[in-house]
Amino acid sequence: MVKKNISRRSFVKGLAAGTASLAMPFNDHKAEASDTSELVTLLDLSRCIGCGECVEACRTVNGHKFPQPQKPFPEMVPKGRAKVEDWSDRREVDDRLTPYNWLYIESVEVEYKGVVHEINIPRRCLHCQNPPCANLCPWGAAEKQQNGIVRIQPDVCLGGAKCRTVCPWHIPQRQTGVGLYLRLLPGFAGNGVMYKCDRCYDRIDKGELPACIEACPESVQKIGPRREILNEVHNIIHEKGWFAYGLEENGGTNTVYLSPVPFELLDAASRKGPGLPGLNKVDAAMEDEENLAAAVAIAPFAGLVAGMIKAGRFVSSKLGKQEK
Amino acid sequence: MRHSLISNKISIVLKLTIFVLALTGAAQMPIFKRYYIADLPGLGWLSDFYLTNKIHYIFGAVLLFLLAYIFTLYLGVFSKTHCVTVSGKIKGLFFILVCATGIMRVIKNLNSVTLDPFTVMLIDWIHLGFAILLGLIAAVTFITGKKRYLKSLKDH
Repeated sequence: MVKKNISRRSFVKGLAAGTASLAMPFNDHKAEASDTSELVTLLDLSRCIGCGECVEACRTVNGHKFPQPQKPFPEMVPKGRAKVEDWSDRREVDDRLTPYNWLYIESVEVEYKGVVHEINIPRRCLHCQNPPCANLCPWGAAEKQQNGIVRIQPDVCLGGAKCRTVCPWHIPQRQTGVGLYLRLLPGFAGNGVMYKCDRCYDRIDKGELPACIEACPESVQKIGPRREILNEVHNIIHEKGWFAYGLEENGGTNTVYLSPVPFELLDAASRKGPGLPGLNKVDAAMEDEENLAAAVAIAPFAGLVAGMIKAGRFVSSKLGKQEK
Repeated sequence: MRHSLISNKISIVLKLTIFVLALTGAAQMPIFKRYYIADLPGLGWLSDFYLTNKIHYIFGAVLLFLLAYIFTLYLGVFSKTHCVTVSGKIKGLFFILVCATGIMRVIKNLNSVTLDPFTVMLIDWIHLGFAILLGLIAAVTFITGKKRYLKSLKDH
């Protein structure tokens, strides 16, 4: 079973490596340093009783980050497409993701091998290793930190919600009437700020655990360096024949769920809809871009060679004319 | 410039490449769906962020090929007889900035690379800002007429 005390020590060790790597402009995750700098959270679903302590702790600890929208909202153009998304009067909603609720618990009942399992699944951002939300944000408002945390900067985000569209789980949630767009062209560009779990980056910076991990009475979660957590995941899969989610999804995430029940069953039993990420198989969203990067790398050198050939032909034909 | 340095065919390919890059680059902002442009027949693909991003990559590679080709040709042949005008130098600098930040975006999007968040924001803003400036230059050039980017050293 997952032990919390081990995770705390490993977590601090990983944090030290992560902080050191912040000084590096590039970070190859295949390298030794990066293997220890990315922190992974591991959730043992067999332990979760669905008490909601983690949800409450998340809301309390991160309350100061929640949006404080100004009303009335500016009129947006065109009205039919740029619609207000306002959760400020529904802050108490805790059974889905909202700008005021970055973690909820999905409770399902599934039958596997003749046994009925009641499984509670804490759901939030998975913090992808190669996050499309951060990669494809045209405004640089979403980012992946060296320690694996994927964050959206509330002071920079314009609320275009592209991150929600490109996220395989459509995790980020929008609140209208807040953020930078109000000071630019509020009627014509942007529509608020996107919010999601930031894995308590500020607590991690101080060497503390994320609120959801600290508050859990059942030690469902642990956090630690990627290599260490993955070793543990593989051991548990090997020993218990359990199933993992997050290892392969979207090319790998820094959140891994372990369950005694296949995730296909959990996905089928889960609610679906806005703010309710499923547990379906997800291919690596940025895989094609990874492959196309080779073309971008080769192109200037190919152009250089083509230019040299053309220049050579030009010079030789000129010399030929002069000789004639 | 194009008549002396590059052929008409390459000039057309270059213009088409820049047009596709401008279109798919603009499509990276969530505006085409909001403003019903993607609702127009045949333009639905403009609201697909992944598709337009891949097209942007492909034509980005084509642009890098063409610019390297033209630059090598200039250095190898035309630099002895021609020099770049001030407007040519400004436009060239803007192209370099857009291309360099574009390459950095491609690097940033690799699974194996994580850049500092402030650097990422700077890259994105420079890429977007100078691409818009190039668009404005193109619009002004269209209205006021073509500027020469190369001039013969014999003119001095």
